[in-house]
Formats: sequence, structure tokens, C-alpha cells
Amino acid sequence: MSDIVHRRSPVLNIVIWGLVMVWIVAAGFPFLWTLWGSFKVQGDFFSKSDWTNAISGVRTQIETGAAFTGKGYYGAWVTKEFWLAALNTVVIVVTVVIISLTLGTLGGYALARSGKKYAFYLLMLALVFRAMPHITLVSGYLLPFFEWNLWGHLPTTIVVLVAINQPFTLWMLHSFFLNIPKDLDESAMVDGCTRFQAFRHVIVPVMWPGVVTTGLFSFLLAYNDFTVTATLLSQANQTMIPKIASFLGTTQTEGNVMFAVAAVVSATAPLFVLILFFQRQIVSGLTAGAVKG
Amino acid sequence: MKNHTFFWFILPSLFAMTLFIALPIISVAIQSFHIEHEAIMIEVENCGPFGCKQELQVDVEETVKLKDARPLGQFNGFGTYTNRNHLAFTEIGEAWQSSTGLFDFMSKAYNLPFYRALAFTLTYTFVVTPLVIIFGFMIALGVNTLPKAIKGPTIFISLLPMIVTPLIGALILFWMIDANGIIGSTLQWAFDDPNLSLKASPTLTWMMLMVYGVWHSAPFAFIVFYAGLQTVPADTMEAAMIDGASRWERTRYVVLPHLMPLTIFISLIQLMDNFRVLEPIISFSAQASATSLSFIIYNDLVGNESQFFGSAGATSVLTILGVGILLIPVLIRTWRDFNQKVV
Repeated sequence: MSDIVHRRSPVLNIVIWGLVMVWIVAAGFPFLWTLWGSFKVQGDFFSKSDWTNAISGVRTQIETGAAFTGKGYYGAWVTKEFWLAALNTVVIVVTVVIISLTLGTLGGYALARSGKKYAFYLLMLALVFRAMPHITLVSGYLLPFFEWNLWGHLPTTIVVLVAINQPFTLWMLHSFFLNIPKDLDESAMVDGCTRFQAFRHVIVPVMWPGVVTTGLFSFLLAYNDFTVTATLLSQANQTMIPKIASFLGTTQTEGNVMFAVAAVVSATAPLFVLILFFQRQIVSGLTAGAVKG
Repeated sequence: MKNHTFFWFILPSLFAMTLFIALPIISVAIQSFHIEHEAIMIEVENCGPFGCKQELQVDVEETVKLKDARPLGQFNGFGTYTNRNHLAFTEIGEAWQSSTGLFDFMSKAYNLPFYRALAFTLTYTFVVTPLVIIFGFMIALGVNTLPKAIKGPTIFISLLPMIVTPLIGALILFWMIDANGIIGSTLQWAFDDPNLSLKASPTLTWMMLMVYGVWHSAPFAFIVFYAGLQTVPADTMEAAMIDGASRWERTRYVVLPHLMPLTIFISLIQLMDNFRVLEPIISFSAQASATSLSFIIYNDLVGNESQFFGSAGATSVLTILGVGILLIPVLIRTWRDFNQKVV
């Protein structure tokens, strides 16, 4: 389209720029503020006298002798053993992603290629399962898990997270497989491959973009989960998010909220890096389900 | 694809979903019909300096034995559903009888835990969902007009509120609106009221939770709409311009209809996700002013002293019914589309 068409009135331009600026500040500033504040002492981050103290760090100067302090991080990671929670998170998230993707690619491929009525019913069922609030499912697990001594262990949580994320994974991979032309695997089968061989040798090499995107989202689902990890893990096996939630109760009374602030910043950092590197995949993943309905 | 090949491909995934999604739903239903055992009492003689007395005491050993033998508790039928903490038929009936008007009745019902949670959950769902769509659409229109070089960074920043863990995102906002935090103290200064606290008032707490909800989900709507805007048919757009349609008319009659299917998709996802709202209430420590259905189940399960599986089960079943009601229009619609496609 020509340039004349795109010309906007100055008023409209100002409105648009204003709107976008307000949104950028609303979306980005809280994170910047918390990151900056996590290197201050509580008296500055929650300043009773003047909020600009959080920027200049007046009390931090007085209490520690420098404008920045790593005390919050030391307290969280070392004193409160946040490193253990981080380790548990890594174990859980990595395993969940690998298992989810293995089950999901097989199932998603079958759903995309079947074309039968029952495949559609299964997809609908997965949609209903996707809508179940996780806490309702958890209240179904707890009693049996207590009885069979499965409660509190990492493997139990991993299996539960894989299962809970399966409906989403199936939907997403199903829509990615629909994009891979049918002729590809069908011609392999005409050449004498079985269905599984066709999948293994023809589909697997070309499916990686879809799998990477879905993997990102299963990573986020496992990493961001609070409901399952908070209720199914024992104190010793806690992951980062329930650990932060438990900080809230203890640190508020002990007067070291800054531990929680430091922990929050630490848990946000990996997500930040993730968006930095995979922004394109996240955007395409969000729209994949939508554009195809 | 042959039926048996399909079966083997889908089996692992189906197995996991049956075991950990379908069965728990049944297990929740069974639990909801049971209630915790009452403690077994025994009479013991308690002798002190002033003579002996017969006293009733909890027989810990026997109670534990009974609990081990029948962990589900005793059968209670619909007792848990109708008690004060859930549907509260008796209390609702009384309130209906004694109320002077609809408003009075509503405020009485609001004092019952289940209806309190239901009120917040529904308000949250049906306020946040439309706002998310409106804001998402506006941001998408705005960002779409930006020069290419700053689109990328804008999208990067926009993604943050959505990608960051809900519990953490809510905490970050919560610390900022603290009376000593930056937003909290700015508001105190702006309204010239040193005692203004967003946490103290139930209305303000509800508003803050919904502001969080919109902040968290608007990026999702934004990204989907933004992708949709890239595919607006250029021909139709040009035709509309040649016909002399103004910018507003083009947005209203070309862009909006094109984005309609996306709007339905976003509202479906948002309805499902907002109905399960839990994390912001925990982060904001808002349970005194706002509880959601998910929150009262969570509270039953992670209570301080003991866990109430029967109570949690009953609320869960009611919640699942609620989700079912929300989903029915969508399912009917998809069903019709699919049948049309086949025929």
C-alpha cells in the first residue's frame, strides 16, 4: 500500500505513542524496579520516609557501607537454601519437558493423521481436561498418594505434571503436525515403510521447529506451576515457586523480606533469558493454536 | 491411519491422562461423599489431689487405627454438599425467608464461604476476560503502527508479564502497592491520605487482583491479535479505502470481523484460566477480602492443622460442574462445525 494511505493525523499519532508508552512502562517497569531494589536493604525497598530512597539507597549506605548489597541473595541462596529448590526445579522441569514431548509427539502425530471421528472426540476430551482447574485434580491425588506413600517425592510430581500438561501438548503438536504435508510420510509408506518407520525416518527430522516451540511451553508450564508443586512435594523436595511462597510466611515476621525479593529476582532471571533467545518461537506458539482455530 | 496403529501411538499419552486426570475426577467425587472420622472417645478416671473424676478423652490409638483401616472416612452422602461451608441450603433458605430485598439476600449469601468464593471467581472471570481482550486489541493496534526497529523490543517487554510465573508476577506488584512501596506511597501522596492502604479495603483488594489479572493476560491477547493483524487481507483493505472508508470504519468493518475467530479463541482460553484464579490471592495475602473456588480447595488441602478431603472434594466437584457449564457453548459450537465439515 502507498505511503499516503499510511499517513495519520498528528493527534492519532500522539494517542498511539502514548498508549504504547504507557503499556511498555506498565509491563517492564515492575521488573526493573524489583531487580534494582533487590540489591538494597528492606528499609530502602520499602521506605517509610521517601520512595526515592530505593533509588539512591540511603539506608543501604548506612547499614552496609555501599550503595548496593548482595545480602538478600546470600540470605536466600545460602541461609535459606534456595539452591536446593533451584536444583529440584531443574530436575523436575528437564524431565517433564522430555517426557511430555515424547508422549506428545507420538499422540499429536496420531491425532493429526487419523481423520477418524474418535480422534476428534479425543481432542475435545483433551480440551475439557485442559479446562480442569489443577487444584481440583490435586485434591483427587492427595489421599491415594498418602495411602500408597507416593506423596512428597520428585518422580510423583514429574509424572503428575506430565499428565496435566498432556492435553495442551497434544493440541499444540497436533496443529504443528497438520502443517507437515501428508504426502511426506505417505510416500514413505508406499515405498514399504511401516507407519512407525515413516514417522521415525521422515517426520522426526522435519518436526523440530514445532517440537522446540511446544517444548518451550511445557517448560513454562512446569516451571511456573504452583498448585501441583506446592501441594505434592515435601519440604525437602520443594521447588523454587512453593519455596518463595513459604518465604512469604516466614520472612515477613523475621523482617527479612529481602530474601524473598532476591529469590523472586533469581527465579525470574531464567525466564528473562528464555524470552531473549526464543521470542520468535513463543510468539509463533501462542498464535499456532489460534490461527488454525 | 489404521485403528490399531493409532491406538499404539496415542496409548502412552492417553494412559497418562486417564490415570492422572480422569481417575482423579472420579476419586474427587468419591471423596466428596465421605467425611473425616469422628474421634473415638473413651472414659478414663482422672485422679488428682481432690479425688477421682470420670472424664471423656480422645482415644488416640483407636482413632489412628480406624483412620488406617478406612482412610476415606465415613460415608456422608450429600451431607458435605449441603453443609454451611458449601451450598448451605438451610442458611440460604433462612436468608431468603428473612431478607427484606434482593440486595439484603445477596449480602447474607455473601457471608457464606462458598458463595463468597463463587462471587469473586465469577466477577474476576467476567471482568478480566473482556478487559484483556479490549486492552490486548488496543496494544496490538498501537504496536502494529510502530517502526519496525522498535517492534521487537516492544514485544519482548510485553511478553514479560505473561511469561513470568503468576505467583512471582503478583508478588512483584504486591510489593509495589505496599504502603511503603513505590505505588502505594505515591497513591498516599496523590490522595493526601497517609493511612490509605490498598490492602485494607476489600473493594480495593478486588480491584488490585483484577488489575493484576489484566496485566498478566493482556500480552496473550496482544500477541494473538498482533499476529491476526498481519493477515488482514490487503485487497479488502484497499477496496474499503477506495470506497472512502475512514480509518475508524476500516477498523470496524474490515479488521474486527477478520479478528473475530481469534477473539473467540482468546475468550475461551481466558475463561478457562481466569476461572481457576489462585496464585494472586496467595501472593496478595488477600484471603480476608477475596477468596476463589480454587483458593478454598487449596486452603482445605494445605490447612494449618489437618486436611479436609471431603470438603475439598465437594468444592472440587462443584467447581468442575462450573467449568462444564462454561464450556458447554464452546463444545456445542465445535461439535456443529465438525459435523458440517464431515458432511
